[in-house]
Amino acid sequence: MTALDSLLAALGSLRANPLRTALTTLGIVIGVAAVIAMVAVGSGAERRMDQVIQSLGSNILIVLNGTSVSGGVRGGAGSVISLTEDDARALEEEVDAIAVAAPSIRGAGQLILGNANWYSTIYGVTPGYLRARDWVVARGRAMTAADERGAAKVALVGTTLVERLFAGGDPIGRSIRIKRVPFTVIGVLGKKGQTPFGSDQDDVVFLPLSTAKKRVLGGARVRGRHVGAITIKAASAAEIAAAERQATELLRLRHRIQPGQPDDFFVRNVAQMLEARAESERTMAFLLAAVAAVSLVVGGIGIMNIMLVSVTERTREIGLRMAVGARGLDILIQFVTESVMLSLLGGLVGVALGIGASMLAAEAAGWPLVFSPWSVGLAIGFSAFVGVFFGYYPALKASRLDPIEALRYE
Amino acid sequence: MSAPLIETRGLGRDYQVGGHLVRALAGLDVRIERGEFVAVMGPSGSGKSTCMHLLGCLDTPTAGSYRFDDSDVSRLRRDALADTRNRKIGFVFQSFNLLARATARHNVELPLMYAALGRAERRAKASAALAAVGLDDRAHHMPTQLSGGQMQRVGIARAIVNDPLLLLADEPTGALDSRTGAGIMALFQDLNVRGITIVVVTHEAGVARFARRVLRFRDGRLVADEPPP
Repeated sequence: MTALDSLLAALGSLRANPLRTALTTLGIVIGVAAVIAMVAVGSGAERRMDQVIQSLGSNILIVLNGTSVSGGVRGGAGSVISLTEDDARALEEEVDAIAVAAPSIRGAGQLILGNANWYSTIYGVTPGYLRARDWVVARGRAMTAADERGAAKVALVGTTLVERLFAGGDPIGRSIRIKRVPFTVIGVLGKKGQTPFGSDQDDVVFLPLSTAKKRVLGGARVRGRHVGAITIKAASAAEIAAAERQATELLRLRHRIQPGQPDDFFVRNVAQMLEARAESERTMAFLLAAVAAVSLVVGGIGIMNIMLVSVTERTREIGLRMAVGARGLDILIQFVTESVMLSLLGGLVGVALGIGASMLAAEAAGWPLVFSPWSVGLAIGFSAFVGVFFGYYPALKASRLDPIEALRYE
Repeated sequence: MSAPLIETRGLGRDYQVGGHLVRALAGLDVRIERGEFVAVMGPSGSGKSTCMHLLGCLDTPTAGSYRFDDSDVSRLRRDALADTRNRKIGFVFQSFNLLARATARHNVELPLMYAALGRAERRAKASAALAAVGLDDRAHHMPTQLSGGQMQRVGIARAIVNDPLLLLADEPTGALDSRTGAGIMALFQDLNVRGITIVVVTHEAGVARFARRVLRFRDGRLVADEPPP
């Protein structure tokens, strides 16, 4: 019997009992759908994690100003301005685990170009800030230490600004006014996209820290050497924890905080926050894997059960096939083919269902839909394996029937 | 003439049934030449069915030897027996045993599938076999669309499709009315004239009359070997 004959025969007998076929494959459908969804959820979450790390910069710690306590009343984060540019320099120079420590301040304001204007976030940053956040300058040049020292009136603009304020034109060399101070645009920042929380990171203008403090964002709260935040880049992923611990120790020392007293700053470990989320998504993927495993096993048992019924029902047919010359192997192949077709059918429906489910999940969770062809291959492979594994015993039973008894079977 | 198609010596078959030894067939010595038309008769339990299973290579004997087409088949293994049946023997059953979900032609092609013939060759041979039983216009009918006599003709076409040396029929007219049955037996005679050796198991004397030789069994033994009454 050729492979095509076996295939056609198997299809024919599955078509003879459409409802039974559909119900039998249900377990495989669910199992395969779960495999597809599991892989999609897992890699979607991973992809988003990568995106977030990419947009924040890798191995990042953020040090923020702390809270004040006056008369037992706590202020919010930043109610005490304790961080200074010197803290940043000390962190970078004295802590080995820290590659870059970049001070920055943040504000917002109106940007004016001719008769156009746009309201945007304004950062005062040092050259190290771009390095800390793995932020490249797409066109033009980055700011230099000389710009910082000389409080140069230069600006880097984000891609959103290029579109909105410059209407897509080339901004380099043009002059924009911020709080009545003219700044020359020297470069365009590379595109970062949205944060995981939806805010646009490209709607931004970077000024030298010194210029920003003197001309734009200076005020009562951030005076002198004080800064709004220090962005730390650890020397490597493995050293993030060490960097966090040593930065805390050094800042406490510099701020003369007695043992037992609370910090006057916060250290935020971004990777840690993300890790917690990734952990919950891994749990979800694990759960789906468990569902997949259970359904595939239960589905396989269902197939085995139906194949046993089928062998019994078709005992006479088996006897006849043997009488006209089928060898045991022919019968074995026929029934294994049938059970593999059954589970592959379930596998295909399951793939379709799984793709639909992961599209829904991606939509709901807001992560990118990641589809790997290998997950489809894996699912199909699994269902074929289930078909062979659980179809083998019934088929073996069929192939060992005695032709005389099989022909007599009522 | 060449060696006989069938030659048995002391052929016997015992069964173990609930600890008892049942001697279904004992000491059968029979020769059937090529081109014969033989009827096998006897009451139920006489050993005629066992005899047919052994002659048809569906079963292996527990005693004696069986030479079929000049080779000893009494000690062959399952797969070799299956190949012998496929190439040299055709079976016709009382209850037709057609595949319900396949067309007449597809049913006839079944033995050829196990002979690993190509599609075109299968189709041509099946059409020829259907023509030989007078059903060339029913090739695409399903068994349920055929009468009893037509179903048995499809069964016969399936039995002769790979040009067997021996055609074994087990009560081929048992499920048919006598007129249709006579038509089937006439078809057997026709096939026999064309050279196929035919052995028909029956308990109807009317059927046995179509044969030229009758073997009678009783209690597991051959008791008479004679021309039909």
